Amino acid sequence: MSTSTSNAGSAAGSALRRGRRRPVDSTVKVLLVAAALVSVATTIGIVIALVQPTIGFFQQVSVVEFITGTSWTPTFAQKAYGVLPLVAATLTVTGVALTIAVPLGLGSAIYLSEYANPRTRKVLKPIIELLAGVPTVVYGFVALFALNPLLQKWWPTDNGPAFQNLLIAGIAMGIMIVPTIASISEDSMAAVPRSLREGAYALASTKMQVSTRVVVPAAMSGIVAAVVLGISRAVGETMIVTIAGGLTSDRIVLNPLEGAATMTAFIANISSGDIPVGSLDYDSVFAVGALLFLITFALNAVSIRMVRRFREVYE
Amino acid sequence: MSTPTITTETRPDPSASGNALTQRRSRPGEVAFRLAMQACLLIAFGVLAALLTWVLVKGWNRLDSRLWTEMPTGLVSRLDGAGVQSALVGTLWIISLVALICLPIGILSAIYLEEYADNTRWYNRLLELNIQNLAGVPSIIFGILGLGIIARALGLGFTVITAAIVLSLLVLPVVIIATREAIRAVPQSIRHASYALGATKWQTVSRQVLPSAVPGIATGSILALSRAIGEAAPLIVLGAVTFITFNPDGLDSGYTALPIQIYTFITRSQSEYTELAAGAIVLLLAIVLAMNSIAIFVRNRFEKRW
Repeated sequence: MSTSTSNAGSAAGSALRRGRRRPVDSTVKVLLVAAALVSVATTIGIVIALVQPTIGFFQQVSVVEFITGTSWTPTFAQKAYGVLPLVAATLTVTGVALTIAVPLGLGSAIYLSEYANPRTRKVLKPIIELLAGVPTVVYGFVALFALNPLLQKWWPTDNGPAFQNLLIAGIAMGIMIVPTIASISEDSMAAVPRSLREGAYALASTKMQVSTRVVVPAAMSGIVAAVVLGISRAVGETMIVTIAGGLTSDRIVLNPLEGAATMTAFIANISSGDIPVGSLDYDSVFAVGALLFLITFALNAVSIRMVRRFREVYE
Repeated sequence: MSTPTITTETRPDPSASGNALTQRRSRPGEVAFRLAMQACLLIAFGVLAALLTWVLVKGWNRLDSRLWTEMPTGLVSRLDGAGVQSALVGTLWIISLVALICLPIGILSAIYLEEYADNTRWYNRLLELNIQNLAGVPSIIFGILGLGIIARALGLGFTVITAAIVLSLLVLPVVIIATREAIRAVPQSIRHASYALGATKWQTVSRQVLPSAVPGIATGSILALSRAIGEAAPLIVLGAVTFITFNPDGLDSGYTALPIQIYTFITRSQSEYTELAAGAIVLLLAIVLAMNSIAIFVRNRFEKRW
């Protein structure tokens, strides 16, 4: 990136400054570009950090075994490197979390945007934003020590949830994501022009019809972006699943009442122990990390597109 | 943790428009829908409030000066006289460093993108996309970056400075995005007036645009720091899970931090540890929620509306 590029934003000032460019101004610009390049360096750093050990990993383990294998046992004597158990656990937790977070988050957003009076909204919106900042280790703690004992006590049948299980991790994660989905969906619903609502009322729509058939469809790209962001957070969330989700990974666990390791839980667990640098186990952390990075990268791309669409329409 | 977006535009008030019409015709379906939406809000936030209260009750016995005057211990027999001082001091070290590293870089990047960059150029658009994508990269991936590049390749090891750099990079997009929104909200007319008075570009940015954007920048910065305080995942990958019974004394010192210490307590099965974990969580929540409250207050109170 060159520092002497012309720029459109300064059209107003450039004619005046052309004759007397000061050293301060050009020094400043170099500094600004350098700062902006830090984020580029971060991405390059992430890719380098992931790629090199991942190549090492795939020299010893075939890609086919990694993608199709149904057992992940790097710490066992009989090692197997099939990533499906980790992916399955991640999907299960994400599914449970969304089942809880999407209806509750959307309902909260509709209530705040369409029904709550301005004063209530003014009080509630900051509280929701505040709650979005609760650290995830806290959700892990309450999932394991408060929610799961309750679930075990109330479970109707004998073979109830295990001490750590995917269901409780998903529930806690769902509660964690609600403020995010509610806040972003509410923003996009608030951005729907008032004229659309008034047009619908003029056609004798009821408030429910306006909310569900005018406001929600009009805000759909923002809502989808919120949900995709929720998925992305659920897939990448580490502390809740490490604390409350369990560790099993030698087979695909489909029963959410059992514990199983997600991709992130595996990374956190194995790297909190002592593993020799350069070993296959060490490299497997990076291979799983690379897969996780690719998945969230795809999700982010969808979310960014959606947000852009919703901005283009109403701003 | 998401960053609440900073909206400065006045929004339409939908509740005002429909009221008169809908009041007379409150059909059962309408009422049920309204109640269902209200229930969503109450359930979601009621459960969250109940859980936070439960943590407070659980940790109540440990909420005294021991928490910050005593060190953590791995021995259950000494647990009664244990606290989380080293973790609290570690968190303060890390967060001060994150502020020093992340805020200048984030604010300068945002100034570049908003005031200097020509966004018709492909590299500037790539830069923007890159930042948006980084904002959504899972925090544990930043831990892997720290492990592979900063701790090992750059040889900084498992030290306070490594943790601070990793957390700085993690929350950098939050600072950049919030600062950009704050700068964008400053009207063009102010810049034009400044140029008309003969100011250079940098004079305009530093003396007109930035001072007007301070509340928005402050809000974004505080939210970013509070997110960094609560992050545990990257530090786990950076090998911070041990009982550290000394305070950090320099950039190259070993460390522990509050969320990591809490995780370490949780992995112990004895109930005394659970209580101490609850106490430490209340301390962590107090810090994080206080910071977020200040941030939201600053935004709502001081942000200029043009």
